[in-house]
Amino acid sequence: MNLQTDDFELFGLARQFAQSRDSIDQRWKALQREAHPDRFAAQGAAAQRLALQWSVRINEAYARLKDPVRRAAYLCELAGAAIQAHSNTAMPAAFLMQQITWREALDEALDMAALERLSQEVVASKGALLEQVAMLLDGVHDYAAAVDAVRALMFIEKFALDLHGRMDSLD
Amino acid sequence: MALLQISEPGQSPKPHERRIAVGIDLGTTHSLVAAVRSGVAECLPDDQGRVMVPSVVRYLGGERRAIGHAAQEQQTLDPANTIASVKRLMGRGLRDIAQAQSLPYALIDAPGMVQIQTAAGAKSPVEVSAEILATLRFRAEDTFNDDIFGAVITVPAYFDDAQRQATKDAAQLAGLQVLRLLNEPTAAAIAYGLDNAAEGVYAVYDLGGGTFDISILRLSAGVFEVLATGGDSALGGDDYDRALSDWLLQLTGLSALTPQDQARLMVLARRCKELLSGQDAVSAELELSSGSAAVTVSRAQFEAATRALTQRTLQSVRKTLRDSGLERDAIEGVVLVGGSTRMPQIRHAVAEFFGREPLTNVNPDEVVAIGAAIQANQLAGNNPSGEMLLLDVIPLSLGVETMGGLVERIVPRNQTIPTAMAQDFTTFKDGQTALALHVVQGERDLVADCRSLARFELRGIPPMVAGAARIRVTFTVDADGLLHVTAREQISGVEARIDVKPSYGLSDERIAQMLRDSFSTAQDDMRARALAEARLDAERLLLATGSALAADADLLGADERLQIDAAMQAVVAAQTDTDPAAIEARSKDLALATEAFAAARMNRGIAQALAGKNIDTL
Repeated sequence: MNLQTDDFELFGLARQFAQSRDSIDQRWKALQREAHPDRFAAQGAAAQRLALQWSVRINEAYARLKDPVRRAAYLCELAGAAIQAHSNTAMPAAFLMQQITWREALDEALDMAALERLSQEVVASKGALLEQVAMLLDGVHDYAAAVDAVRALMFIEKFALDLHGRMDSLD
Repeated sequence: MALLQISEPGQSPKPHERRIAVGIDLGTTHSLVAAVRSGVAECLPDDQGRVMVPSVVRYLGGERRAIGHAAQEQQTLDPANTIASVKRLMGRGLRDIAQAQSLPYALIDAPGMVQIQTAAGAKSPVEVSAEILATLRFRAEDTFNDDIFGAVITVPAYFDDAQRQATKDAAQLAGLQVLRLLNEPTAAAIAYGLDNAAEGVYAVYDLGGGTFDISILRLSAGVFEVLATGGDSALGGDDYDRALSDWLLQLTGLSALTPQDQARLMVLARRCKELLSGQDAVSAELELSSGSAAVTVSRAQFEAATRALTQRTLQSVRKTLRDSGLERDAIEGVVLVGGSTRMPQIRHAVAEFFGREPLTNVNPDEVVAIGAAIQANQLAGNNPSGEMLLLDVIPLSLGVETMGGLVERIVPRNQTIPTAMAQDFTTFKDGQTALALHVVQGERDLVADCRSLARFELRGIPPMVAGAARIRVTFTVDADGLLHVTAREQISGVEARIDVKPSYGLSDERIAQMLRDSFSTAQDDMRARALAEARLDAERLLLATGSALAADADLLGADERLQIDAAMQAVVAAQTDTDPAAIEARSKDLALATEAFAAARMNRGIAQALAGKNIDTL
């Protein structure tokens, strides 16, 4: 076990997409109980530094494991199928059309109710894609196809972020 | 009685059975210090039984000053030299201060941080805060008749990096070792949660004198996990006073022309506000240089004059709830913190929003200091069986400036700390050896709308063709919520040198200068203090190493063990030395000798945590 150990091993979880959020949370807390800098506050700078590194590493793994999209992307990467979110932005036409429709709906939404309707649609669409990802990763192990689905999910999350930004500004 | 102490061979004597660790609530209007005594956390009173110290410092010229009650009593007589609400100036430039002209004292635009013009010269808000902290430190030392091992100092959860750093600097200046900066709502949750054995999701609504925080936490089996935090670091009870002051001026047609007028008006408004928490109307005599008038204010009028402020807090609550991903009905309890939550309109507004009566069985003034004391006691190692674990978050996103004045987000808000994010940068010119980075904090897309934290200059990048270098910059936010930046060129492995120019705050040299100038550090004093600190550090290290060996000595080979034992003995021998540098050198050797041991212990701890969990779930 070291700082380079992968997230699943660090958390003692099977390397697969399907995970119980409760187990992830429990292990996160158990690990932080060992490594958090608060446990080493009275033990000098070197111990603090070490605890900081481990605590950061555990939080990094936790953030990646608990978020299904990031967990899926991580599994693809571990299997050698990189997401390349920045360099590869080619998406199927139908998906792009949906994005454009959403963007228009976001621009035209005037009140919270309209934004919330849109939000529900986004959540549903994300849920459907996640089910597909689960099947691709844990069922048929088709990482190339999973990469495409994860990329689509990343687009959706970016949109959800903008949507929440609009909700904040309407407040 | 050290002389009579006999210790068995191989068993180190315990110079202090308990280390005195305090929790300090450095508030906008009041400050408190608390400590765990006989297992109970309580606020420490002064010789007149008062636990709250008004956060007011009056400079009388020369070295003379009054702090706390003595300063507050003179506020209307000498407003120009009586600094109140200095917390609002911490880590701020003159341009950031919204009502600079209505303050009774004069501000000076200084690089890094605004300063205050006083009879004793220009004072940084850090120095003023240090006076308050030192007062609390002396109170604790007098109470225990002992040195203070360290302190947990609370800050508003919504404080940004500059405000946190300024607070830590003030503590250093006051001669306090900061064990941790703790977010105020989290501190309140500790005090409340441990007291009530609370489990589930709670909201802490904390309206203080000058700041507002809202935190959503999950409490379970001693774990305090912050799910989201938000707020406004320039909204508090002071603003209610100001709104009422403005309303009074409007009502009477009078104007506040002099600093005395302004101070008198604010004091009157505050008194009216406080009385209105218990009664429906209040009458007062407003006496200003422009004239005087008898006024009557009803609670309804006060609430109307301040409704916009209350609404602003609820806006933050809605946003934070959205960030937490929870609906209102998921909140199982709402805890009110801060003296300003005594205002009935706040209680009503919060109750209406959450659809449940807020919990008020905690003293809103003391709960933050008490929570800080509980954590301080644990951090100092007095409570080794302590099951408490705090998992807090960063309140505001961190980003770097990119082309066109846009912000690229690096660390998103509400990420659990400590946290780190790495980002790769490259050069855009052949042979380029330096790179400038501008780090900002905030949620907006434009650099101009965010808060500038620092400009970093990375130097010593090996010359390469444009775009070939890969400089990985790592942004680490520690458990205090403070940012650290490191950079490394990935291809050559060269560690880039970083020059940091903080946009706000004081440089290390300036702090050192203040330490030299400060009241407690005349030349002899300084040496004595350095010696005491070196000894305390050495003792800390010996204790920590001793308990580490007691737990995990089996991890060490015979050689390693010999080295560590020798290094420990060297520290013990050096403790009688009167040269702080000599003690520090031996402590450093010991720290170095135990580095690999510490890493092995950490690995074991992690492995054990996993093994335990695996058995549980099998």
